[in-house]
Amino acid sequence: MIPVGHDPAGQAGWDDHPPRMGFFTDTSVCIGCKACEVACKEWNDVPSDGLNFSGMSFDNSWGLGADTRCHVAFIEQPRGEREDGIRWLMSSDVCKHCTEAACLDVCPTGALFRTEYGTVVVQQDVCNGCGYCVPACPFGVIDQRKDDGRVWKCTLCYDRLQVGQEPACAKACPTNSIQFGVLDELRPRAQARVAALQAAGETEAHLYGDSPDDGVGGAGAFFLLLDQPEVYGLPPDPVVTTRALGSMWKRAAVAAVGLIGAAVASSIGGRHG
Amino acid sequence: HPVAYQWVAEAKARGATVIHIDPRFSRTSAMADLYVPLRAGTDIAFLGGVINHVISEGKWFEEYVRAYTNASTIIEDGFQDTEDLDGLFSGFDKDDVRYDPETWSYKGTSVNAASGQRDRKINAGDGGEGHHETAHGESHGSGGPSLSGRPERDETLQHPRCVFQILKRHYSRYTPEMVRDVCGIPVATFDRVCQMITDNSNRDRTTSFVYAVGWTQHTIGVQFIRTASILQLLLGNIGRPGGGIEAMRGHASIQGSSDIPTLFDLLPGYIPMPHAHSHQNLQEFLETNSAERGYWSAMDTYMISLLKAWWGAAATTDNDFCFDYLPRLTGSHSTYDTVTEMLEGRCKGYFLMGENPAVGSANTRLQRKAMAQLDWLVVRDFNLIESATWWKDGPEIETGEMVTSDIATEVFFLPAANHTEKAGSFTNTQRMLQWHHEAVEPPADCRSDLWFIYHLGRKIRDKLAGSTDEMDRPVLDLTWDYPVHGEQDEPVAEAVLAEINGWDSTGQLLPGYLDLKADGSTSCGCWIYSGAYADGVNQAARRKPYLEQDWVALEWGWAWPANRRVLYNRASADPSGKPWSERKAYVWWDEDEGKWKGHDVPDFPADKRPDYVPAEEAEGIDGLSGAEPFIMQADGRGWLYAPAGVVDGPLPTHYEPQDSPFANLLYSHDRSPVRKLIPMPGNELQPSGDDPGAEVFPYVLTTYRLTEHFTAGGMSRWGEHLSELQPELAVEVSPELAAERGLVNAGWATIVSARGAIEARVLVTERMAPLTIGGRRLHQIGMPYHFGPNGLATGDAVNTLMSMSLDPNSYIQEDKALAVDVVPGRRPRGPALLALVEEYQRRAGITIETGTSV
Amino acid sequence: MADSSVERDGLHGVAPDRDAHITPGRRRRRAADSMVPEPEFQSYYGRPILHQPTWKALDIAGYFFFGGLAGASSTLAVAASATGHPALARPLRYGAAGAITVSAAALVHDLGRPGRFYNMLRVLKPSSPMSVGSWILAAYGPAAIGAALPLPAPLGAPLSVAAAALGPAVATYTAVLVSDTAVPAWHEGYCEMPFLFAGSAAAAASGLGLVTTPVSGAGPARRLGVIGATAELAVGRVMRRRMGMVGEVYEQGRAGRLVKAAEALSLAGIGLAVAGRRSRAASAAAGVCWLAGSALTRFGVFEAGVQSAADPKYVVEPQRAGK
Ligand SMILES: Nc1nc2c(c(=O)[nH]1)N[C@H]1C(S)=C(S)[C@@H](COP(=O)(O)OP(=O)(O)OC[C@H]3O[C@@H](n4cnc5c(=O)[nH]c(N)nc54)[C@H](O)[C@@H]3O)O[C@H]1N2
Ligand SMILES: Nc1nc2c(c(=O)[nH]1)N[C@H]1C(S)=C(S)[C@@H](COP(=O)(O)OP(=O)(O)OC[C@H]3O[C@@H](n4cnc5c(=O)[nH]c(N)nc54)[C@H](O)[C@@H]3O)O[C@H]1N2
Ligand code: SF4
Ligand code: SF4
Ligand code: SF4
Ligand code: SF4
Ligand code: SF4
Ligand SMILES: [Mo]
Repeated sequence: MIPVGHDPAGQAGWDDHPPRMGFFTDTSVCIGCKACEVACKEWNDVPSDGLNFSGMSFDNSWGLGADTRCHVAFIEQPRGEREDGIRWLMSSDVCKHCTEAACLDVCPTGALFRTEYGTVVVQQDVCNGCGYCVPACPFGVIDQRKDDGRVWKCTLCYDRLQVGQEPACAKACPTNSIQFGVLDELRPRAQARVAALQAAGETEAHLYGDSPDDGVGGAGAFFLLLDQPEVYGLPPDPVVTTRALGSMWKRAAVAAVGLIGAAVASSIGGRHG
Repeated sequence: HPVAYQWVAEAKARGATVIHIDPRFSRTSAMADLYVPLRAGTDIAFLGGVINHVISEGKWFEEYVRAYTNASTIIEDGFQDTEDLDGLFSGFDKDDVRYDPETWSYKGTSVNAASGQRDRKINAGDGGEGHHETAHGESHGSGGPSLSGRPERDETLQHPRCVFQILKRHYSRYTPEMVRDVCGIPVATFDRVCQMITDNSNRDRTTSFVYAVGWTQHTIGVQFIRTASILQLLLGNIGRPGGGIEAMRGHASIQGSSDIPTLFDLLPGYIPMPHAHSHQNLQEFLETNSAERGYWSAMDTYMISLLKAWWGAAATTDNDFCFDYLPRLTGSHSTYDTVTEMLEGRCKGYFLMGENPAVGSANTRLQRKAMAQLDWLVVRDFNLIESATWWKDGPEIETGEMVTSDIATEVFFLPAANHTEKAGSFTNTQRMLQWHHEAVEPPADCRSDLWFIYHLGRKIRDKLAGSTDEMDRPVLDLTWDYPVHGEQDEPVAEAVLAEINGWDSTGQLLPGYLDLKADGSTSCGCWIYSGAYADGVNQAARRKPYLEQDWVALEWGWAWPANRRVLYNRASADPSGKPWSERKAYVWWDEDEGKWKGHDVPDFPADKRPDYVPAEEAEGIDGLSGAEPFIMQADGRGWLYAPAGVVDGPLPTHYEPQDSPFANLLYSHDRSPVRKLIPMPGNELQPSGDDPGAEVFPYVLTTYRLTEHFTAGGMSRWGEHLSELQPELAVEVSPELAAERGLVNAGWATIVSARGAIEARVLVTERMAPLTIGGRRLHQIGMPYHFGPNGLATGDAVNTLMSMSLDPNSYIQEDKALAVDVVPGRRPRGPALLALVEEYQRRAGITIETGTSV
Repeated sequence: MADSSVERDGLHGVAPDRDAHITPGRRRRRAADSMVPEPEFQSYYGRPILHQPTWKALDIAGYFFFGGLAGASSTLAVAASATGHPALARPLRYGAAGAITVSAAALVHDLGRPGRFYNMLRVLKPSSPMSVGSWILAAYGPAAIGAALPLPAPLGAPLSVAAAALGPAVATYTAVLVSDTAVPAWHEGYCEMPFLFAGSAAAAASGLGLVTTPVSGAGPARRLGVIGATAELAVGRVMRRRMGMVGEVYEQGRAGRLVKAAEALSLAGIGLAVAGRRSRAASAAAGVCWLAGSALTRFGVFEAGVQSAADPKYVVEPQRAGK
């Protein structure tokens, strides 16, 4: 059997499906233009997330949410060893389309599903707003709209993929920081890019979410980062919660039986008391 | 320019090194290999330092400089440099506060001042007010002044008055230490920049300069660009692939609007606008303005074809082709002069077609006060921009300076169609025309500008029909017969392009400007655009994918002139016609075919041999040799030294900005002696440098753009998706300044100049690094200028702080560098706001004379 | 980095894609350099990494509490009647029926529209505790209510037994539901959470018994209560210790106050139940303590989860330690 990491769509019951598609986001060439944010909102008809000045560098979108499915982070790191004294990291974040997607696992209604491209998408007509997926996501991606309670997130532009178009954000990215493609082709490309940067002295360059052996079985959207993940607001080493679900159920069963036992014991105990 | 920046990223990917020189660490700096902070407004000192380095270290491209520039040309004996006169060039006229460039000229050539200057001469005597200020800056178009006679040269470059020696002396004091003390750039950093630039400029490598308004919007902006030109010529980086000086033009077709100008002093194709002096006829006009040699010698064919395009059959040899129908210049009619005219009640009507001066132009308060003096104002825009609503909700209403009921101006708002709702062309930074087609008809009352102008003209002509008044002839005789289409009678844009391209007497579309005639048999709306509609094909609409053609992509759009992508590209080959380097081959002489070949359209007579030497009396294009690539220049050379045409001097010289906390370290004249000032109440200037009161405005403010917004905001502040990305006006300050002034991140600050006070959210950032200027610590602050009170993303208009202080060549406002004060908290409301500004003026001892000294 | 040239025959050395190379020598911020003192862990402007649970505390913690109360009550009711404590069994049956109704109401209220509950039953997803739980609820609810109705024994008995069998599942699946999230204070406690919830449920049910039943017939409730409350106390402490630094949220802020109160009440309940064995009033008071203690335990757990999700350090540090 093929490891899940390589064929989530197949695991989800799609036979002869297209290859798994995803993003390699090379943050080292991101210029922070936010074209991706705007393209996402325009294409997916996402409303404004409010006009709130943040004081957090040039980031006034605050973070991913129901109405911000693509978010560009700005990190100012002062007084390094560079003679110009500062480096300004920028990176565009989206749903990771996890191989082992907690949101999808815990969804009681089946609203969240795995597409033939191996991506994870919400069916808005099925979602009942139970909100379970929200705390389940280890990356803080999916979120609820206050008005109707349903949840929203990046779909990797499922509708565009179905007509052979690349996702809106990747299409709009002027520097190819967001590279869309067949995941198996993106991974080696990304490794080569890291090697090149390392060689150029960018020793901190590393990939995030590319490995099928990580806590979520590898992400469908992975990143080249120039600093620790948490600096970008990403969890350093998340493990999908459902990996422990089996033992949770076992323990719940024991506890339940224990409860019956205790009830019976205390009742019988009385007779001879 | 995010979309433009992708090519910088691409260049980087191919091994280019990117240096970013900017007062602020911006998103561009973040991507650069080297970021060089400098004090706003000091680039001439910086670039002059590089020039000094290049010359003194012998890093210049000797063969290129000798052959292709005017380095060897000898200058008039009377010429005196700013080094000799402590900041002034010879020919300074104290009373007129202007230069007479006579002494600047080439030795051995008859007086070849800018035609504007010559106009002055003609006018001497009848000098009416306006005449003392003709807009001579552009009045000889892009070709430089005419030149008659052959200049003397010293090919050894040793003659003390040859351009090279003058240049060397002029910049000898621009040392690394001087650069450090004027610009605040550490010597080590400066050396590194020099190293990087010179290592990358030779036969095998070229360096390119990209600039935009960080260089232009200064009282010496034109000279900023001149300095870069000199450097690039010295390094042999002009006319070669990967070289040049790229102006990142602004609005999608701002290049087009200087080619077929919305500028007051130019006719299409950089032909000067005639001046108002008694009985000058077409012949005189052409004689004074066209050159003896080079392509400007054919100005008569361009001019007469233009007059034919406008007045068609009515334009005949007998009536000078209606030359007298053209309006005449009586002086400067720049936007800022027009504002003065409004304030003084002489200009009574105003069209704003795609402009938002209440936010975008310097001194917005005077902009609005001027509009309040108008009889009528027409605003054609997408949204109810500040320039359309100032009369009911503008800042002056809040301060009580204006009362709506007292304003007599009748304001008309006409909704405009946007670029997807109309067809037309954009001319971009590369002089490339790209066509856009109409995707949908404009909704409701929205109409294109073409529609508006055409139908307005039609209605006016109907009203005037039958008039016998001579004054109405220019309007009635116009060729005003464009086909229309669609529900809304939209004029066919391609018909306009065809008219611009031009045709001969038989109605045959012209292949290009070489076919233009001076006998009235051809008509052409803009000579440099001739060929854009050749063979009845809309060349601008060509979209052949780059994968299906070579890298120069000559079949994508169409670039003027003659679809050339790199100007003066003959310079990419050495004098013998061989590429300087095989890895930089662009155009070259093919001996077998006996013509110039290459990747681009050669910018040179196709079959003129490299070894061609013109006869002494040869004129026109034959007057230039086969090794003189700068074919628009009368001497065929790249100008290290401008004998005329630049009104504030033949060589760029460092002067301080109008409002500066610093004195000029190089000369006793702090500011450019001939900068254009408009002293009037409301446009007060500040004490600078060592003057008492200068300390009241201790910080340097620079203004700029945010990727998230567009210019004065009419196109971005009304859209929620852009507005939320930068919802409010913010001021970028360093942590040190924040501490010094008690500013809190995301809190509020008030910024004050002699003209006004505004408030903004505070963004404390290490990106704003303080500089050390001559041992003194300087804090620079940065503010985007996009904001105004209307729309979704709002804020005060930064241009409230600006003075109307202009570059004398281009009349562009200095809005990139000025001294201000910053205090914590929000600004006062109502009359208290005016009181605050008056208080500052008092503390700084400001009068109407302050800051006006030469 | 690719180096490219422009030769007579065209372009050479075009770079792959647009992989711009960037300049070496940049270093990550170090405490010494920065204006603000370096925090012990790094984050993006201190913003949370996880999204807060969108659930309303009253609905969901309430739902947990009443579910537990109902489930344990059904079980104790059957055990009690089987061992001849009818006076205890009866109120517990009614209690279970009532509690499960309130619990279901709370759930539906949190969903917004009643109709949305049916989407829960579209599928049965073993991977989703909420799906499984919904089915358990769907089976248990009717049984518990039926058991409370005056039905003929052949009908009533099986319903009571079914409710008694499903009750403990209702009481403990909610522990799995909260543990099966990325919320540190919940997930890190998944080993103990079911036992904590079971104990808490037992204490609550017993509390209901003591409040509603005369001392003579309430023996089973008293004994189960002591066991439950003790378990609630002990397991809670074990859980928090084993969680490591994340455990501290159970001692801080709102969560901390709720947990402390819960512990005090459970303890008091035990004391009163044992000491006041003969006093109706004291027993009733003990019952109230256990009910309240159990409720506060669930609210405490809920709050702790919210607090741990709000602070990125509870996500970063354990994951770094885990590395
Ligand atoms: N997204 C977006 N794109 C635009 C526009 C827009 O509004 N939004 N506007 C368009 C228009 S109209 C134009 S003209 C262009 C302008 O394009 P740019 O010239 O790039 O625009 P600015 O940001 O105003 O100025 C550029 C930089 O000049 C720096 N600067 C200021 N003073 C000095 C100085 O004295 N020396 C040096 N070396 N640098 C200085 C500023 O800090 C700023 O970073 O952009 C065009 N493109
Ligand atoms: N402090 C400071 N001031 C500056 C600058 C700076 O860098 N700093 N930059 C200067 C520069 S470079 C520029 S270009 C100016 C720009 O200043 P403005 O030109 O005054 O500002 P814009 O917002 O570009 O105005 C263009 C208007 O045209 C409208 N528009 C767009 N398309 C069309 C159309 O097809 N038809 C019509 N009728 N209207 C249309 C838009 O809605 C917008 O309101 O600002 C200048 N002012
Ligand atoms: S990132 Fe979160 S929302 Fe996206 S697939 Fe993974 S778990 Fe689901
Ligand atoms: S909120 Fe919607 S998508 Fe999320 S778990 Fe519930 S039903 Fe599924
Ligand atoms: S892939 Fe589509 S939905 Fe996802 S962030 Fe990009 S544009 Fe938005
Ligand atoms: S579009 Fe590309 S370059 Fe621009 S912010 Fe997004 S990822 Fe970065
Ligand atoms: S603003 Fe428009 S024209 Fe200018 S770079 Fe961006 S996309 Fe191109
Ligand atoms: Mo501009």
